Amino acid sequence: MYSTSFDYYRPKNLKEAITLLRKHKDAKLLAGGHSLIPAMKLRVSSPSAVIDIARIRGLDGIKASKSGVRIGGMTTHAAVESSKDLHKTCPVLSETAGHIGDIQVRNRGTIGGSLAHADPAADYPTVLLALDADIVATGAKGKRKIPADEFFVDLFTTGLKAGEVLTEVSVPAMKAGQGACYLKHRHPASSYAVVGVAAFVALKNGVVKEARLAIGGVTSTPVLVESVDASLAGQPPSTKAISEACEDVPAALEYPLGDVYASGEYRTHLATVLSRRALTEAVSRAKKQK
Amino acid sequence: MGYVGSSVKRVEDPRFIQGKGAYVANIELPKMVYLAVKRSPYGHAKITKINTKKAKAHPGVVAVFTGQDLIDSGVGVMPCGWNVPDIQIPVRQALTVDKARHVGDGIAVVAAEHPYIAADAVELIDVSYEPLPAVVDARKTTDVGVPQIHDNVAENTSFEWSLGDKEACDKAFSEADHIVDLELTNQRLIANAMEPRACVAQWNHATEEMTVWTTSQNPQPIRLLLSAFTLGIPENRLRVISPDVGGGFGSKIFHYPEEVITPWIAREINRPAKWVATRSESSVTDSQGRDHITLARMALKKDGEISGVHVSTWANMGGYLSTFAPLIPTAFYITLFAGLYKMKGVWGEVFGTITNTVPVDAYRGAGRPEASYVIERLVDVAAHELGMDPVELRRKNFIGKDEFPYQTPVALQYDSGDYHAIFDKATSIANYTKMRSDQDEARSSGRLVGVGVSGCIEASGPAPSAVAGALGSAVGFWESGVVRVHPSGKVTVLTGSHSHGQGHETTFAQIIADELGIDMGDIEVVHGDTGRIPFGMGTYGSRSAAVGGSALVKSAEKVREKLKKIAAHQLEASVEDMVYDQKEGKVYVKGSPDKAKPFGELAFAAYSAHNLPEGLEPGLDETSFYDPANFTFPNSAHIAQVEIDPETGEVDIQRYIAVDDVGNVINPMLVEAQIQGGIAQGAGQALWEQGVYDENGQLLTASLMEYAMPRAHAFPRFEIGRVETPSPHNPLGVKGAGEMGTIASTVCIANAVMDALAPLGIRHLDMPLTPEKIWNAISAVGQRTTAKVEYFGGD
Amino acid sequence: MKLPVSIAVNGSATSSEVEPRLLLVHYLRDVLGLTGTNVGCDTSQCGSCTVLIDGEAVKSCTVLAVQADGSDITTIEGLAQDGELHPIQQAFWDNHGLQCGFCTPGMILTATEILKKNPRADEHEVRHGLEGNICRCTGYENIVKSIVAAQSAKPAKKRASKKGAA
Repeated sequence: MYSTSFDYYRPKNLKEAITLLRKHKDAKLLAGGHSLIPAMKLRVSSPSAVIDIARIRGLDGIKASKSGVRIGGMTTHAAVESSKDLHKTCPVLSETAGHIGDIQVRNRGTIGGSLAHADPAADYPTVLLALDADIVATGAKGKRKIPADEFFVDLFTTGLKAGEVLTEVSVPAMKAGQGACYLKHRHPASSYAVVGVAAFVALKNGVVKEARLAIGGVTSTPVLVESVDASLAGQPPSTKAISEACEDVPAALEYPLGDVYASGEYRTHLATVLSRRALTEAVSRAKKQK
Repeated sequence: MGYVGSSVKRVEDPRFIQGKGAYVANIELPKMVYLAVKRSPYGHAKITKINTKKAKAHPGVVAVFTGQDLIDSGVGVMPCGWNVPDIQIPVRQALTVDKARHVGDGIAVVAAEHPYIAADAVELIDVSYEPLPAVVDARKTTDVGVPQIHDNVAENTSFEWSLGDKEACDKAFSEADHIVDLELTNQRLIANAMEPRACVAQWNHATEEMTVWTTSQNPQPIRLLLSAFTLGIPENRLRVISPDVGGGFGSKIFHYPEEVITPWIAREINRPAKWVATRSESSVTDSQGRDHITLARMALKKDGEISGVHVSTWANMGGYLSTFAPLIPTAFYITLFAGLYKMKGVWGEVFGTITNTVPVDAYRGAGRPEASYVIERLVDVAAHELGMDPVELRRKNFIGKDEFPYQTPVALQYDSGDYHAIFDKATSIANYTKMRSDQDEARSSGRLVGVGVSGCIEASGPAPSAVAGALGSAVGFWESGVVRVHPSGKVTVLTGSHSHGQGHETTFAQIIADELGIDMGDIEVVHGDTGRIPFGMGTYGSRSAAVGGSALVKSAEKVREKLKKIAAHQLEASVEDMVYDQKEGKVYVKGSPDKAKPFGELAFAAYSAHNLPEGLEPGLDETSFYDPANFTFPNSAHIAQVEIDPETGEVDIQRYIAVDDVGNVINPMLVEAQIQGGIAQGAGQALWEQGVYDENGQLLTASLMEYAMPRAHAFPRFEIGRVETPSPHNPLGVKGAGEMGTIASTVCIANAVMDALAPLGIRHLDMPLTPEKIWNAISAVGQRTTAKVEYFGGD
Repeated sequence: MKLPVSIAVNGSATSSEVEPRLLLVHYLRDVLGLTGTNVGCDTSQCGSCTVLIDGEAVKSCTVLAVQADGSDITTIEGLAQDGELHPIQQAFWDNHGLQCGFCTPGMILTATEILKKNPRADEHEVRHGLEGNICRCTGYENIVKSIVAAQSAKPAKKRASKKGAA
């Protein structure tokens, strides 16, 4: 398994990367390479040029404070997993990163690479959707923010335009009374998410102020189950209320994907079960979040 | 010296832990070319045209060949080495010319200056196909509309075979109080040894000698097959080397097309050639395992006495017959249907059918896990239906320890065993009674906890050659062993057994050190090279210690006898009065141990030849061929505890207890590790692994992204125990240890899962017991329990 | 296109002109002849090819040699120091943590990462740390045992000097 031949460029800065990207129409950006290189080895992706942006200064790193979290596109999963700042400000991101692949993959793969690849079975897209994150793209005309719910367009298709580089992810920090949880049914062979569920809950005075539930792995893009917020908002987060809210999960999952390991029907079922468990845990964490 | 029986650290490890393993893929030779094979993307298709022009013109390509080139130069068809009566053997070319019969069937080969170039050029070979309807299901090969895959195999059925006492079987069923019926699928598996197969060949143009390095469990038989059937290079000009081999599990026993193509090209273009499989290529070219569909019945008396079994199996052989394929579902399968039990009415039949799938052959256990799966599932269902504890039902039917040798109704004569003792030990380690009461408690709170039991037997250490011949083998199954004592007293041990993880360099040195009374450090064990060990049969069927080890013991005996003769001569005593002290490695006259001749001095004397008894040849280099008197019969009692998440169907293995009787144990640490590895591999079949083909013959699990291998986090620490009843018919008293873990754990875990689901009225599910399959079953009975979840307060 | 790369491997400077598509594992095996790093699969699953890049465990079948340009790599051949086995190597030997040996280099290098991240990793944590490494022989039991046992041994000398590039 070897990829086809390609030209390799290692631009010194973002501007140079964008120029190269505009020049080579079928070029691919290379970050950690843990989505792109496997695809190239299988020859399902055969770009004529590869632009390695991993070493561009300022594209990696985590800036986390009470006002919000900014993660550079070239930040590795391992860095997200182990960031002490994130453990304080947005622990669910570390939790999610820790579910990705394995130790070796996490050392190399990046958040930007994973998001730009937009694999429906990836972990980050789901949690970013639940957290109402923004994805920052930088192009020749400068930066723009793309809300997570607009970013994931289809299987392996994102809202990035030609000539744009995913440079940052921005996520609100957890506030008092807020909690989030990511649960995953891991594929026993690939380690990808057969189903990944991210739940975010904000409580105020013992009732749910906001609930965001996102589901990945089941459909071509992660899905925000909007009815959950409608169902839970203003309610005390009881077992019954959560269970009832999760009854609407299957309806949100149109055209579920299926494969040898798990049918669409089973994925939908798993999504419902994991939704209930993730919401329950998110509530429990929200209660502890001061 | 007392090496045998102790957990000696492996002498081969320093090279492996430092990255010095000598695997075939590591070999680089000057002027080497790298091969890549063009393979069929279709399960079944007529090949109408092969255009290699573009590939040949690609820069860096040295040559491109098709199957016709091989045929034109006289390459013979791939042989089948096991011929049951009336078998129809399909024609298999190293590269197919007329049709592709499974995805991955080789069609053409590129030789290039670099492996990346070879991979590029393969894509430039243009093959025109006419796709044909395919069949992948072993039981559907004779259906209307299914095309004949091979012209000479009528109804796609290569052979039919049966064994047992049909009359006694019919009687058992007509007089039965209770009959258990089961339809079972034993799914297709992919061996996935971690080292992908590889082959390197070098032709000596001057001497017309060929050297082939191949990832084989048995280089000597490969040399024979290459010489006599495929390549046609005389055996005395052909050297086959299997250096360090990264696991086999059966899949590296067989003679593969790439072992023909690689040396053929090396000779054709007079340059060394190398082929290394990618993992995905291994998935569609390595012979696969299992794949049975079985209708099984068991007859019982109401007190739980098992009186008979009746089994019909459709065994999927794949698109061609792999080297030993017909053996596996016949003489390695039906012969094991008596299990550990005294039943008389045993009968089985098998249909070996051809399908558009990758060929199937031996895979760890090879026929015997399939047999154990059938018998031990039947016993478990019987226990459930009769309301008996599964351990008690088994105990009621055990062959007693005083009844050995025990002749079964299906040809085998069991050598030794104490089945009550293995179950005593296993139930004691498990604390079985408490395990069951804990299970009752868990069940009462809605949890799905299951306890599984299996009691398995295996015929290992193949095989008495005459018996093998009578059953269809083209070859004998002896082993050769050389004990070569050098003048300095250092010893080279040469064995026809092959180690691909088993640790022979350690265990065989332990044996010989004790046989001769010398230091293990003075012994080097050599294997895997026909240039050094010309005759041997290799390693499979858990035969190395019992057969290969016994050959070495015989050679060591010869060395001792010769040293006694030399010592007797020097000490002026009669040979009959000489004592060989195996503890100290010296020879003395009975009653005079103080005047002993040490091993080293006698070895030197054998070569100096200054003072040898008259007529005694100089030298100390002894060879033996050992043909086993019988198989050995390892047996086991395994117990597993699992818990199922009732909402998702996920299975958690909570405990695993294994007590095995593998006879005398040479190195407990190594034997225990064989069992541990085997348990994980069997668990893989029970819970995760399956080679899945769609109706066109596409393998949907062709990479490790889809084919789920067992991982470390899926297991608890295994609890291992041992009972030793020595095999009475080999000098070491050993039985096979390599396969029992797999044989026993597959059905043990399946039984545990089914036990967990029993309260829901679920009787049987086929492996692999994936979460979805279990969830579907739970949903179907409409008794889905709600998970007990710790909810937050405030409800 | 061919590009120059300079990669320090086991403390020695190496350099070559390579095709951009050349995988790091093939640079190590075919260009440098360091065949201790094995290739067991083609989908980044088995972990046999694990090496340390700037001290971090990575799957060298999923890294281009050009990506590793300028970095510091440790392979299994570079783990023993001055003729003395690394404590994890020693533990694998002492605890029979290998059978066929093919996955072993990757297991040992992954183990260095597990213990670096968590020097007191218990059996459960070690098992999860091995998510990216497949062994077909051992059932993992003695691998886990070896890694847990290696903790009581002295930590290895740190070879990597620079911070990660990616």
